[in-house]
Amino acid sequence: MSEIVLDHVTKRYGDGFEAVKDMSLEIKDGEFMILVGPSGCGKSTALQMIAGLEDVTEGDMKIGGEVVNNVAPKDRDIAMIFQNYALYPHMSVRENMGFALKLAKVDQKEIDEKVENAAKTLDLTEHLDRRPANLSGGQRQRVAMGRAIVRDPQAFLMDEPLSNLDAKLRVQTRTEVSKLQSRLGTTTVYVTHDQTEAMTLGDRVAVMRAGELQQVGTPAELYNEPVNLFVAGFIGSPAMNFTAATISGDSVKLPFADVPLSDELKKALGDDRGDRNVIAGLRPGDFEDASLIDESDGGVSFDTEIDLIESMGSELFAYFTADHDKETVEKAAADSGLDELTGGDSSQMVARLDAASEISRGDTAKLWLDPDKLVLFDPEGGKRIAATD
Amino acid sequence: MAHSGREKTLWSIAILIVLLFSMIPVLWIISISLKTPATVTDQSFLPTEFSLENYKSLFTGGISESPFIKPLINSILIASITTFISIVLASFAAYAIARLEFTGRRLILAGALAIAMFPPISTVGPLFDMWRALGLYDTYPGLIIPYLTFSLPLAIYTLVAFFREIPWELEQAAQIDGATPFQAFRKVIVPLAAPGMFTAAILVFIFAWNDFLFAISLTSSDASRTVPAALAFFTGDSQFTQPTGSIAAAAVVVTVPIIIFVLLFQRRIVAGLTAGAVKG
Repeated sequence: MSEIVLDHVTKRYGDGFEAVKDMSLEIKDGEFMILVGPSGCGKSTALQMIAGLEDVTEGDMKIGGEVVNNVAPKDRDIAMIFQNYALYPHMSVRENMGFALKLAKVDQKEIDEKVENAAKTLDLTEHLDRRPANLSGGQRQRVAMGRAIVRDPQAFLMDEPLSNLDAKLRVQTRTEVSKLQSRLGTTTVYVTHDQTEAMTLGDRVAVMRAGELQQVGTPAELYNEPVNLFVAGFIGSPAMNFTAATISGDSVKLPFADVPLSDELKKALGDDRGDRNVIAGLRPGDFEDASLIDESDGGVSFDTEIDLIESMGSELFAYFTADHDKETVEKAAADSGLDELTGGDSSQMVARLDAASEISRGDTAKLWLDPDKLVLFDPEGGKRIAATD
Repeated sequence: MAHSGREKTLWSIAILIVLLFSMIPVLWIISISLKTPATVTDQSFLPTEFSLENYKSLFTGGISESPFIKPLINSILIASITTFISIVLASFAAYAIARLEFTGRRLILAGALAIAMFPPISTVGPLFDMWRALGLYDTYPGLIIPYLTFSLPLAIYTLVAFFREIPWELEQAAQIDGATPFQAFRKVIVPLAAPGMFTAAILVFIFAWNDFLFAISLTSSDASRTVPAALAFFTGDSQFTQPTGSIAAAAVVVTVPIIIFVLLFQRRIVAGLTAGAVKG
């Protein structure tokens, strides 16, 4: 077990394309670190560099305090789970799982024992003598995990290990992966494009975009204190609502409401804030049906026409339109790379309401929002406006 | 896709015609080989008098006397050695071409193709002179080397296609599991490419087995003369009889190893061996 450190690591291909740009990341011993980002953000390349399957162009890759830039994958003592599992089709499950140990010239008796233990953990005992071709998707995924855990390596590297499973199995396996990791306490780097997976699994999550590391933090930090528009828009489902807004004195003018600035935002903006244009962000959960809220608790209510209601049973999603300056928002979104993720109409807002709400489609309803949750972003560059302390 | 009855009938007729077209000469050779010398020229499709005399004559006299046994051994050895060397070299080359990024990769492939396209007849003359100067004339290597130059491109091409089919992740998985590049190649890639290797092996073996041009030009004695060339030197019982019957018998005998070879390796060409490696 050991820590993995990426020290200003860059991957540049022969044609000059930089897949990973000056990435520095410290993964602590035993930590479950998630690399997340849209496709093409460099997360898989970063993982392959940790594995040694891709060379590091610049910077140092350290595993357990040792620079491994020039160490072959086989000597790094790491196990990897591939997106497509990469099971050896000509070997039985038993041979697949024991292959690494056999190469390491471990005693056959010990191999058998380790493989059987792993198989027991993963509920694969009765499939040990079958070939991968005869297994279901979930079973293959477990064999891939088994192949990793029998080795008791310094670190697990997982490259979208759940993306080939169907939705239900994915959630179930996600829990299993999480339990297994916390029980084994092995340093794990997990790559995914699915922010839900990232948020539910990781001790810490590293958000990447276009080869650059955007933010590293616990899921809660990323959710509550995103550093920029990209992270704010990427983390959370449904995504955060963005709207053009103007600062005016002690309040922010949103297209649908004037919201008083929280103390924190006042501090962040400084006393000399003037009439500044900003991008305001509000998560769907920061809204509520005003009729279900005791208004004496504060907050801001506003009337809006509801375009669409989606009922999830436990909650409702209400869609309404913000009559704002689309160009500003869309430009800021494009600058920060968000447009690839969201697309569609930037004036469409989503509010998550309690299931008890009786609002229906086409109503002009009174919605409530929590001003303390409002986050503001600089339209130039998309950085979040936050107090630096 | 369901075929209509009409379609099926038409297909059956077409297949039958092709089968007849390709099988009749073979059957005719078998028929001739079974005829007695007196009835060889009777032009009947089925032999009127059966005799195994032609086959017996091929093998009488042992290695020293028989015009057939030594060439048969030569053929088997030369074709087998060629196949073995060709497959080993081609699998290394094809693996590099399929997997590694290096400059000149296309050039190698194009060069291999160009060599395969080269008409053998144009190289036979120079080879004859060179081999005599080098002492390779009428030796096993003297035939194996030219066979390799023509069969390697073929084998490389076949194998590149097969190697490209194998998911790269398998090899990466092997490397992560602690395999050296050679171990990954030997324990993961080769078993998976086995169908391709056997396909290539069959093609190379048949090429070497069937060759007449090099065999007749680069040999002068039973030391290394292969069967196709030896057949040309068959003589009749007397100077007035044609060796038709024994040539036919020899032709039948040399076909047998090819059939065995194909049947043997065909069982190994199991489709879908790679199924289940990745999601499916």
